[in-house]
Amino acid sequence: MIGRTPRTIRVNTLARVEGEGALYIKMAGERVVDVKLKIYEPPRFFEAFLKGRHFSEAPDITARICGICPIAYQMSAAHAIERALGIRIDPAVRLLRRLFYCGEWIESHTLHVYMLHAPDFLGYQDVIAMARDHRPVVERALRLKKLGNRIVTLLGGREIHPISAAVGGFYKVPTKQQLRELVEDLKWALEDSLETVRWSATFEFPDFEQDYEFVALRHPDEYPFNEGRLISNRGLDVDAAEYEDHFVELHVKHSNALHSMVRGRGSYLVGPLARFNLNFDKLPKVAQEAALQAGLKPPVENPFRSIVVRAVELVFACAEALRAIREYEPPAMPRVEAPNRAGVGQAITEAPRGILYHRYALDEKGLIIAAKIVPPTSQNQKRIEDDLRGYATQLVAWPLEEATWKCEQAIRNYDPCISCATHFLKLTVDRAEAEGV
Amino acid sequence: MRIICCGNPERGDDGVGVLVAKRLRDFGIEAETRTGEALELIEAWSGANDVIVVDAVVTGAPVGAVQRLEGRQVTVPCSLPGSTHGFSVAEAFELARTLGRLPERLRLYGIEGQWFELGTEVSPQVRRAVEEVARQIAAECGLPMGSSFGYPSAPDL
Repeated sequence: MIGRTPRTIRVNTLARVEGEGALYIKMAGERVVDVKLKIYEPPRFFEAFLKGRHFSEAPDITARICGICPIAYQMSAAHAIERALGIRIDPAVRLLRRLFYCGEWIESHTLHVYMLHAPDFLGYQDVIAMARDHRPVVERALRLKKLGNRIVTLLGGREIHPISAAVGGFYKVPTKQQLRELVEDLKWALEDSLETVRWSATFEFPDFEQDYEFVALRHPDEYPFNEGRLISNRGLDVDAAEYEDHFVELHVKHSNALHSMVRGRGSYLVGPLARFNLNFDKLPKVAQEAALQAGLKPPVENPFRSIVVRAVELVFACAEALRAIREYEPPAMPRVEAPNRAGVGQAITEAPRGILYHRYALDEKGLIIAAKIVPPTSQNQKRIEDDLRGYATQLVAWPLEEATWKCEQAIRNYDPCISCATHFLKLTVDRAEAEGV
Repeated sequence: MRIICCGNPERGDDGVGVLVAKRLRDFGIEAETRTGEALELIEAWSGANDVIVVDAVVTGAPVGAVQRLEGRQVTVPCSLPGSTHGFSVAEAFELARTLGRLPERLRLYGIEGQWFELGTEVSPQVRRAVEEVARQIAAECGLPMGSSFGYPSAPDL
């Protein structure tokens, strides 16, 4: 009988999740007794590694935490240190940073929507199987990814581990002509992104909604990338400097990653769903209309629909990149001077997967005394467990193999970037007899 | 010939591709470095007829063992756990095959690794394999690789 027979599934590789970890779900009858998402968190290593280094090295060092979202690390590092030093960047540099982030979002969201997440909804084991039946779709992903990569390469200075971003600006900025060369490709990318929204909206989504605390940046004029107040749908409205007053990281035995929680409340969700729900009014009209036509209206509380929201953010990223290029006038200097001085600075930027918090304390020589990095996947970790706790109860009647697959899919809703750890997520679902628990 | 070396130098043996690229440049051979993410890789070899890919592999072979695989003829029988790849080199081969985007000639030099955690060192056996792979590739490029040809000696990697 379902739920009475003890059964264990072991999956050595959770496909299409970047990084290493393990999932353990224990059920007693129809009751979920325990959920543990175990991941290994590398930024702690970097925090130690940063101590004693000059602040100018922080953007490059932290960029290596993640091969998928190095720009996010560079941006949070640069902004936090600029706040510690009390320097203001040129508006043109600010615009370029937004364009830089557009490139990363296009790359990252394309990778996740098409290669990692869509196969779940279309019933394929992976994108290779999907490509046999949906070749034009995968070709579209290749085009979009390539464009994102072009933007990142142009601004970052090279294909991998971009090096051009600096405290105070960039080591080198592009010419107007270099940016204009992206325009035609961005125009078709915008159309491809709109098609991505329409396509992903046709998928079937499980009937699963949760009562989330969404947390994202909010800026008075823009859909957020690099600055804004940190807000939530439960009344949070704070500056980055107050982040640690309102969020707490707790060590849990089963994971090297710290669990982030809102003080006094609990888990929260960062990433596309949070941004969309808290900033819908700041999306450009083309993205708003695409969302509404796809049946998305905030608040979207079904995490499986995050694939469509990511597609909407692809539309935003293309439209925003076109705006940035249109308005760009090269700055007088690629970067403002960043003198050594003691100070503490915090910054939050919106990585593709959600907010990324950095704090640096510097001494009078500009050397880093202390660093703290809270990546989005660490912040979502407890929320993923809470989703699984709710979702697993819906799966009691499903054969164990399919239930396991669906749990993996629920994890992929978050596009977890455990990637800085290693590779395999071992999944164990243990259905114990009720009496035995 | 296009040579694409994959990996993350911050991640132990996953960095072997980057070390091979450096060594090839010592020989005056152009070599690109990439993360190894599948879509990026397919794009990187786009337009090239003859491609060599270098990456760390995990196949169960002794650490540091070098395998040379013909990408068009074989299904890559290994997992390539360069995690920042997101989507691995093996999957890039298979996806490209499905999409008809494999180069006319494609070889993989796979170096068996063991340590892939962030912040770890390249293991000694893998370091030793760097010179072997670089010299094999240089020979494939038609460079004379005998010790008397005046190429710089291998650095203490």
